[in-house]
This record gives sequence, C-alpha cells and structure tokens, in this order.
Amino acid sequence: MSATVRDRAAPRTGRPGPLWALPGVAFFALFAALPMVLVAYLSFTHWGGLGDPRFAGFDNWTRLAGDRLMHRAVGLSLLLTVASWAIQTPISLLLGVWSAGRQRGRAVVSALFFLPLLLSSAAVAIVWRALLDPNFGPLAWAGPFLGLGTVDLLGGSTSAFWVIVFVASWQFIPLHMLLYQGGARQIPETLYQAARIDGAGRLGMFWHITLPQLRNTMTTSSILMVVGSLTYFDTVLIMTGGGPGTDTTIVPYLMYRAGFRSWELGYASAIAFTLVVAATLIALVMVRLTGFGSMRSTREGI
Amino acid sequence: MSVVQERAPVNTPGGTRSPRPGTGRIRRRGVGERPNVLGGLGALIWLLVVAVPLYALLIATVQRGENYVPEGPLAPPSDPTLGNYATAVEKGLLGFVWNTALVTVAVVVLVVVLAATTSFAIVRSRRRLTDAAFRMFLLGLAIPSQAVIIPVYLIIVRLGLYDSLTAIVLPTAAFALPVCVLILVGSMRDISEELYEAMALDGAGSVRAFLWLVVPMSRSGLSTVAVYSALQAWNGFLFPLILTQSADKRLITMGLFEFQGEYRVDVPGLLTAVVLSTVPLFVIYLVARRSLADGLMGVGGK
Repeated sequence: MSATVRDRAAPRTGRPGPLWALPGVAFFALFAALPMVLVAYLSFTHWGGLGDPRFAGFDNWTRLAGDRLMHRAVGLSLLLTVASWAIQTPISLLLGVWSAGRQRGRAVVSALFFLPLLLSSAAVAIVWRALLDPNFGPLAWAGPFLGLGTVDLLGGSTSAFWVIVFVASWQFIPLHMLLYQGGARQIPETLYQAARIDGAGRLGMFWHITLPQLRNTMTTSSILMVVGSLTYFDTVLIMTGGGPGTDTTIVPYLMYRAGFRSWELGYASAIAFTLVVAATLIALVMVRLTGFGSMRSTREGI
Repeated sequence: MSVVQERAPVNTPGGTRSPRPGTGRIRRRGVGERPNVLGGLGALIWLLVVAVPLYALLIATVQRGENYVPEGPLAPPSDPTLGNYATAVEKGLLGFVWNTALVTVAVVVLVVVLAATTSFAIVRSRRRLTDAAFRMFLLGLAIPSQAVIIPVYLIIVRLGLYDSLTAIVLPTAAFALPVCVLILVGSMRDISEELYEAMALDGAGSVRAFLWLVVPMSRSGLSTVAVYSALQAWNGFLFPLILTQSADKRLITMGLFEFQGEYRVDVPGLLTAVVLSTVPLFVIYLVARRSLADGLMGVGGK
C-alpha cells in the first residue's frame, strides 16, 4: 500500500512519502501524546503504583474540587506566573535592548549575563539554597555582620515564595534577554536615523520605535514565561519542598506530592490533568498569536 | 503603525538585508551623542546580581568547610584548598557524569535522526498526514513534562524499563522532539526548490535527496538541535527523579540533589559538586557559542 504511494511521488521529484515521518511521529505519540490521553483516563481511577488502576468514577474529581490545598496551589501558581512575568519582562526587555548595541564593552558584559543559563534548574536551586542557608551559608556570616541575627529567608512563608520568584528570575532573565537582544537587532537602523533627523531623543526613540517593533518578541517571550512558570517544580522541590508548611506548594509540586510521596496516582493524575488543560490552552494561544504554523522560518518568529 | 510594515526588508529577495549579528560593527549611537548613563547603570546593577553569586560559588569551591562561615562568602580564602574537588570525585561524581554522558549521547542521536527524517517529510511531502503530524508537534510544544509524568511512569513500568538509563532516554528524547522539529522545519524550508529539482533530474530518490542535499544544507539547524537536546538531557531532573532509583543509575542532577541532603553542613563541598557538573556545558559554551545560544532559545520553548 505504502509502496504505491511512494512510487507515485518519489521517482519524479525525490519527494518523500509520509513514511519518513512515521518513526518520529510514532515515538512522540508513544511517549508524549499517549500520556496526555492516559492522564485523563487515570484521573478516573485509583492506582497505588502497583497492580492495575481501578476505576473510581468521579471520586478524584469531587475530592479535587473540595481540596483546600489545591485551591491554594492554583492561587499560588497564578501569583507565581503573574509575578514572574511582571518582574522578568521589563528587566529582560531593557537589558536585551541595551545589549543589542554593538559596542565592545556591551558584548563582553552580555557574555557574562549569559552564564546562569549554563546551570540546570536543579543546580541553580541547589546553589541558592546553599547561599541562603541560615546556619551554614553566607547568611550565618552576614546576619550577625549586619546586626540582624539569624536570617532564614526560606523559613518565612512570604519570603520563601518571593525567594522562588527571585531565583526563577535570576535563572530565566538571561534567556529572555537573548530573545529581546535578537529582536532589537532586527529593527532597521534607518528608522533610528530618520527619527534622529526629526530630532527625537533617546527616550522618544525607545518609546516610539523600539517598543512597537519588539511587539512580536514580547508575545513570544511572554508566552514562554507563562508556560515556563509551570515548570518551576524543580526549584520548589529542591529549595523549599513546598514549605514552610504548604506555603510554596504550587500545582506541579502538589501533583508530585500526591503521586510520588503518597502514591495516590489517580488523584495526582486529576491534578496533572488540570495542568494539561492549562498548557494546551496556552499552546493554542501560542500557535494563534505567533503564527508558528504559517509558512515562515522559526528564526523570524523568535 | 506603518512602522511595522517596514520590517519587510528581511524577506525581499535580493534586497538589502539587515546586517547579521556578529558581522560589521555598527554603532547605534551617533557621533557626539551623550553616552547612555542610565542604561549603563542598570546593566551594572544586573551584572552585580549575576556575577556576585557566581563569584561566591567559585570562591567557595576552594574554601575549607570549617572556614566558610567565619570568613564569609566573598573574601578570598585565607587557606585555599583543592580538597573539595577531590572529595567530590571520591563521592562518585564522575560516575554520575558518565551516566549523564551516556544518556546525553543516546538522546542526541535519537532526536537528531528522528527530527531530521520527520521534518523532511513535513517540509517536502505535502500531504494532509504530514500536516497533521506537524500540528501535533506544535501542540506538544507547550506540554510540560510534569503534566504527563504519571502516565509516562506507567508506560515505562509496563515496558519493564523502570530504573534503567533507557527509561530516561526515551521520554527525554520524545519531549525534545517538538522544538527540534520546529527548528529543522524552519531551516529545511530555506532550501530552494531548484536544488531539489536538480537532484531529481539526476534521478535521485528521496533517500539520496535527504542524505546529499537536505542534511548538508541544514547543518546549522542540525547542530542547534543537537545542542538543544544535549542540554535537555544533561540538565533534566524530573525523568531521572521519577524513573530511576538505584545509585548506579544516578544522573548528575539527581546526584547533586542527593549530595544536598548529605552535605548540608558542608556548603563548599556541595557547591564544588555543582561547579564540576557544569564543566562540560561550559566547554561546549566556549567551543560552540552560537549553536548553544540558539539551542538555549529552544530551551525557552519548554
């Protein structure tokens, strides 16, 4: 069957048959697409990790709807997303535009800005947790030095949350800075020359040329930030373990705890499914807004 | 808003292209214009935010554990030592690095082969089936691995792969595929129709067109894909955390996570392990900065 398809297409123009896509598609389907379907199924079962999942009807979903922890986690995840966006966007935009300048000094400094990207999020979280350790880290030295006594940022409920926001920003701002740098370098120089002839100042040019021209970059970067904030799981697990208490228990961490600490994998699947829905909605928006699906190269999209 | 229309020159065939990054040094600042003091100040502040923790990280690795708190994190050690590095190696860090290297190589090979063949079909085959495949990959782009980790766990257990390095390779590769397909589709679309026709006139079928035209012409896309998938594999945390348990299957991120428990009182020891785990990426950074930057922009897609 497939042979005839290829015979028709291949010899004339060297066009590949759809079979070329089969290995990649099958592989992706088995380990990424099928799980998306399975997670929906598992959310209607009880499963302890051993044996077979048992059908449970809407048990998990009614439990999830009434779970205070889940409500809190959704709130925390939303706050984390909004706070990360509001902090990372202006900083990375300004730094990106600044580093797009071709002066030698700016190139050197940008290379340094790049360094945090080499660390995995696990490594970043471990480094910051060590640096913020109240007893054995620098704070044990700095606290008395500044006359503050013991400073335990990860032990306070509000401060622990903001530490997560800060660490995520520290880790991801360089990436978004790179995106904005690329965007700013694509702005035609002639626009600035024309504006200069009209007597525009630096602030005016930034406001009337740079910002509007970076609109597409801003869309891409913002969506990446929103999707990215769903993956701060590593940071939370390593730095706070969801604590103190449950003050940094965001949705993915709650899922991990329910699934792989309490081994209630059915219930955890219900939590995970809300993540799948949120992520799919974001993906649809992303395809719409950035025109990834249209016939143009990715680099322009970025 | 007419300003936005002027971005067109990039696409005009034979028209003036905006200068590519890295070629030519164009100063945005006109002659005699005031230097951007505010921008420089902001960049300096961020430089401190990035560089001070990294400096503290590096200097801690040559500090003796017992001197760490009394001397403070910023002063050069009074009695520097390389003992931390020796201890990290004794604790089996190199074994973790070896496992991680194996996983990384396997992921890169798998992803490069699958993404290249799939993208070839998507770009050239012009069929509904391959269009649907492309759309599936686009939607998969934003699905965080946390959301489907439970079904992935189920599948891996059922395949009898739990607690093996293969268990990490398969899902890691699958989740790297969407971004890589997107990157390669972009670069393969830039290959001109005439080249394909010339190949076809020589009587080349799709296999030869793929090997002798598509692969050589999309070399930069392929190296970006290789670097991106290598980063995903090297820095991955969730799959090793959930899908393996024995010490001899431990990857570097999990190794660091374990160390964190053991080393709580020995911050320099822990930070040394972090630094050692980043050395391979730092080497890649020095050798292939461009591909790494592009690969990292791909990382943002996760």
